Amino acid sequence: MEQEVIVEQEEVVEQEDFVVQMRGINKVYPNGIAANKDVNFSLRRGEIHAIMGENGAGKSTLMKILFGLEQPTSGEILINGQPVAIHNPQKAISLGIGMVHQHFMLVPSLTVAENIVLGMAPTTKSRLLVDYKKAVQIAEENAARYNFRIEPNSKVMDIPVGMKQKVEILKALVRGAKILILDEPTAVLTTQETTELFKELIALKEQGLTIVFISHKLKEIKQITDRLTIMRGGRTMGVYNTADISEAEISRLMVGRDVVLKVVKDKAQPTETILKVRDLEYTNRWNKKMLDKLSFSVRRGEILGIAGVEGNGQRELVEMLFNLNTPDTGTITVCGESIINQPQNKIRDRGVSLVPEDRMTYGIADIATIEENVISDRFTDSRFNKGPLFNVQEIHSECDNLIVDYRILAKSRKQQVKMLSGGNIQKVVVARELSSKPTLLIADQPTRGIDVGATEFIRNEIVELSREGAAVLLVSADLNEVIELSDSLIVMYGGKIVAYFEDTSQLDDEVMGEYMLGLKHQTEEEIAKVSYE
Amino acid sequence: MIGDLLLSIFNTDFLFSVIRITAPILFAAMGAVIAEKAGVVNIGLEGIMMISALFGALIGYWTQSWLVGVLGAVVVGILLALLIGFFAFKMKTDIILGGIAVNMLGAGGTIFLLYMFTGMKGNTGALVTRDLLIPTVNIPLVQSIPFLGQVLSGHSVLTYLAFLFVWLIWVILYKTPLGLNIRAVGENPNAATSIGVSVEKIQYIAIAFSGALAGLGGAFMSMYYSQGWNSGMVAGRGFIALAAQAMGRGEPLGTMLSSLLFGFAQALRTKVSGMQGVSSYLVSVIPYLVTIIGLVLYAISTMNKLKKRQVAAKGAE
Repeated sequence: MEQEVIVEQEEVVEQEDFVVQMRGINKVYPNGIAANKDVNFSLRRGEIHAIMGENGAGKSTLMKILFGLEQPTSGEILINGQPVAIHNPQKAISLGIGMVHQHFMLVPSLTVAENIVLGMAPTTKSRLLVDYKKAVQIAEENAARYNFRIEPNSKVMDIPVGMKQKVEILKALVRGAKILILDEPTAVLTTQETTELFKELIALKEQGLTIVFISHKLKEIKQITDRLTIMRGGRTMGVYNTADISEAEISRLMVGRDVVLKVVKDKAQPTETILKVRDLEYTNRWNKKMLDKLSFSVRRGEILGIAGVEGNGQRELVEMLFNLNTPDTGTITVCGESIINQPQNKIRDRGVSLVPEDRMTYGIADIATIEENVISDRFTDSRFNKGPLFNVQEIHSECDNLIVDYRILAKSRKQQVKMLSGGNIQKVVVARELSSKPTLLIADQPTRGIDVGATEFIRNEIVELSREGAAVLLVSADLNEVIELSDSLIVMYGGKIVAYFEDTSQLDDEVMGEYMLGLKHQTEEEIAKVSYE
Repeated sequence: MIGDLLLSIFNTDFLFSVIRITAPILFAAMGAVIAEKAGVVNIGLEGIMMISALFGALIGYWTQSWLVGVLGAVVVGILLALLIGFFAFKMKTDIILGGIAVNMLGAGGTIFLLYMFTGMKGNTGALVTRDLLIPTVNIPLVQSIPFLGQVLSGHSVLTYLAFLFVWLIWVILYKTPLGLNIRAVGENPNAATSIGVSVEKIQYIAIAFSGALAGLGGAFMSMYYSQGWNSGMVAGRGFIALAAQAMGRGEPLGTMLSSLLFGFAQALRTKVSGMQGVSSYLVSVIPYLVTIIGLVLYAISTMNKLKKRQVAAKGAE
């Protein structure tokens, strides 16, 4: 009897300690992808807690579940020790949970004060009209209480990004948030804005708020968090006191392969330089430097991989290589000719192919047929035309050959591409981009989100293409892919190349992780070797 | 001839008719403004005007009350707008298709309904007797002001209401919590959802408003302007209202000014076609020509604005 009482008391202590407990959370999406696997997560009152992990580790999903944007497949959530079901964000808000999304949820043409009180606007005595003075007062009072600098009367479209984020945080606080979830809050901020944000977050913590900080930036985490939960592949890799764990240890837990895939390939025999990128710089419209003095070359017959956590300039780089964006300074040449500001068809005429990261937007036209998609880069060829009309026979046979060669599983060549599975959609893209026999192939996350069979097939096709004499630039956030497929490899961090490995065969995950997370970088001489000059 | 033209423009009769002709366009245009602010394109205004014009006349006749007729037209307008909303928001069809459906219903269905209810074909002229028309009002002091009194006084109740709605819609949009929600929903529905404002509910409210306003426009047409319903009566006013909304940049005051411009063009056509030695075919082009010129000017000013913004953005970098 006495023992039982003691056990109960212990439970009480535990419950008081935690504001949030998520137990055994599983999330399986309808397409069968498991984003969270038996995840346990807890928050102590008044702490700043980081959730760390690579893209796709399941950290955003977990927080969306806590904020009611997603429903868990199984598992339970306790807030202040009470089991709760959070079916929608309104419920989460009423439980004192606020979330600041990576993409701001603000109305640009409304003022800062209007955005803060939206949906709960104060009214005048008649109850008909908005009491705008009161709204400004609410905004100012809250800003003063939490020591935020905002301009209540400015329109949101006219204020800088850092202030927009403060408005978002205030929106949550005004609604009574005691638990604040920040999804990669520093991704859009400049260094100064980040410093300011951290000061404010620490002040909020001192006022008793509990803060969850989703990030994969080690230095920031070390700077302001008390504890951290590391996630990888949908599972928790452990909970640690920030002070007790080294950056190297975090990196080892965050980055790594659960299963090592092997790709069989001959040794590369690179010859002349095809792609030459020199001193590429680009600052985005939020004044953030995305590419910083980037220089590298890709040679005929080799696969150069670009590894790195997403958001470190890879996307911007690929955009520049296909003229989807223009660099501020620097040069990009293919076989000695500049491709900056060249129309895409001219770039293709020089033998450049692109397997884009966002296949549904840039890779295919989803309501067009397989046939229309595979000939979209070549329908002007004389062999597909007979006078003013298409040579339908020729187009049919081209498409049928590609369907066979690239093992596209489809009912017929007339099937709409959007009806295919993800893997087969990607095979349509690959079929078009590889069958044009490019001199340079840019493959951006070529196997993301597709099944194992299609993945293996596409990887082998890329290797074969390079051994036939194409230059291949492979951008991938998948460590397995980028290490196994590439002959040599560079790592991007913060818009810069921080490492170059001439030979990938001896690379291990731990070393890669340290470079990818910015703990280490090579000397400029070492990095400059990738220019082959 | 030019002198004649100028004289005829600057007489009180002509300016009076500009206001009279503008009123129904203004009703529908205010409906377009409030719907558009909530991110809803109500292309069905034309059809709603047609159908509610018919019901306004019929209900007025059945109840022998112009007021009940007008209210009936408003209710019919709201119901039709909610129907478009139901198809668009609930059944997830394209809202343009729902609008087109109502427009076609307005063109064909009204004649059928009229025949079904009254056995008449084409118009209800005989039903809408003088005492069932929307009454006109003389404004006590204003009417005695020379010139101005003759232009502004003596309009129908609904004409004044149309101009009153410009102010009312402005108040709703910019001074009430509902307006705040409407603007938020139209601009960033995700932002509205994230803080618990129901996008669907707000859009239903906005489209209901636009239906009510188009209903008033319809009642104005059949129960005052044409003194009875006929099949060719609305004659594109619902679409002109959409153009007025676009040209007025979606703001109540700007939309009123562009509605007045369209009203002016139509009044001018009526006036000039009555003159001798002028080709009536050529004259009938005037309202549409004004529309095109107006839209071109609008496009130019939008382009300039965009350019300025780009320059400003460049400067900020």
